[in-house]
Amino acid sequence: MADIFKGIEPMVYKSRISVPYHWWAGETASRFLVALRDEQKILGTRCAACNKTYLPPRKNCPLCFSASMEWMEVSNEGTVVTFTVARRQLASLPRKAPVIFAMIKLDGADTAILHYLDGVDPGRVKIGMRVKAKFSKDRGARMQDIECFVPKGE
Amino acid sequence: MDRAAIIGIGMTKVESRKLDKTFADMAFEAVRKALDDAGMTIADIDNVITTSNDFWDGRTISCMAVGDASGASDKNISCVEGDGTFGAFYGLARTLSGSYGTTLVTGHSKGSQSVSSLITNAAFDPIYNRTLGADMITACAMQSNAYMARTGTTPEQLARVSVKNHGNAMMNENAHLGMKLTVKDVLGSEMIADPLHRLDCSPVSDGCCAIIIADEKRAKKSKKKPVWIKGVGMCADAYFLGDRDLSRSESLVKAARTAYKMAGISDPGKEIDLAEVYDAFSYQELMWLEGLGICADADAGKQLEKGSFDIPGRLPVNASGGLMGGHAVIAAGLYRIAEVVRQIRGEAGAYQAKKADTGLAHGVNGLAGQSHCVWILGKDR
Ligand SMILES: [Zn+2]
Repeated sequence: MADIFKGIEPMVYKSRISVPYHWWAGETASRFLVALRDEQKILGTRCAACNKTYLPPRKNCPLCFSASMEWMEVSNEGTVVTFTVARRQLASLPRKAPVIFAMIKLDGADTAILHYLDGVDPGRVKIGMRVKAKFSKDRGARMQDIECFVPKGE
Repeated sequence: MDRAAIIGIGMTKVESRKLDKTFADMAFEAVRKALDDAGMTIADIDNVITTSNDFWDGRTISCMAVGDASGASDKNISCVEGDGTFGAFYGLARTLSGSYGTTLVTGHSKGSQSVSSLITNAAFDPIYNRTLGADMITACAMQSNAYMARTGTTPEQLARVSVKNHGNAMMNENAHLGMKLTVKDVLGSEMIADPLHRLDCSPVSDGCCAIIIADEKRAKKSKKKPVWIKGVGMCADAYFLGDRDLSRSESLVKAARTAYKMAGISDPGKEIDLAEVYDAFSYQELMWLEGLGICADADAGKQLEKGSFDIPGRLPVNASGGLMGGHAVIAAGLYRIAEVVRQIRGEAGAYQAKKADTGLAHGVNGLAGQSHCVWILGKDR
């Protein structure tokens, strides 16, 4: 290293970017999160013009730009659209690897949501697998009010 | 459209960790090289676009911190957050506006100074997604599974992308991860997130690239023969991963179509001589080649096995080694443009393509290829 710096002692400043931040969820996400917490219901919004139900719910339709969306309850059961098994303990993982992430299209929704898949051997997860939401006992109006999805029938 | 050309390129070596260079040092080196390449001084630059990302740079308004080192003091400078190709798109638009005869575009990042998993996790929506802890690798792994399931593309075909590009990188003095690999090496490397092994993933590197775009009048004064911008296209897909069919890239199809129309290309697989595409992960090279229409849907893996994309092949892809050889996030797409310029000028040395009259450069930004920018460059005006 000394040759790169031609005799200058190399200095490194170690720090972290740490700025408190509050995300106001807005009325649409607030309603979705409250329904998860209080009723264990999963709510999407539907654009009648596009005949499409969005999950997570959207205030406005991203396709036709309409503001007239109606609330719809979707099923807590659905299909795995795709998945991965995070095997390395990536810095972003809040729990111990392996973690199975899946995109799940719930019955009644036209878009998929991201969540964990548990209760299945990581080697046995398949696209097209039927899964069911497992609600958390300790709910706080957040995405983790669904603890995870598990294979249907377990 | 009015004509514009690339008249200068400057690349720092892409390295896993640049101990001796700050952001500004890298920018200065790349800009200095681009000016020398164009036979210009900083006084010949009419305006500057820098491309950066505040999280990767560890500071807000990161673009301004490299302004002085990019020769922007007393000039009009603006910035783009995204891939370098997006910054170049803006630079081209400014040049074509008629207000500026020359535009300097830079893109930089130092992946070595932060934690890429945490930075890319922060790209997810904070209310619905972020706290679950997915990042770029896990998002792309899900896309890879979806793509492979739909098209029948195999892990061996993915591995061959890695073998080809790491091999090509051995010939590129600006790459840091040139390696002679076998398919077995790739498939035997650590599984990070199924189906992506460590060697299916590009590294996260340090580097800065600069290019100089000029209008027709100024291009005629350049030291070297200008490389003409024949067409560009840019398009973004939905933000939420679950809104998209992850196995396809609609936005790339649209971006490519726009660029081809502008360039007068009707059969990209035949009319394009070489391509530098955004191979952040092995599957992406194949998926993007299909989205670009360079080969038919679900056919890229088979074409790759036939050697079509090797340097002596029908249409060399990532002859420079691509991102597998070194991936300075943000700068990466600008490096692709600079590499195509090298090929068209015949300056690519050991990895020079036989025929390089028309080349394609491609840049990506966002989770699992949310948005794409496609450039068609040509030898003749
Ligand atoms: Zn609609």
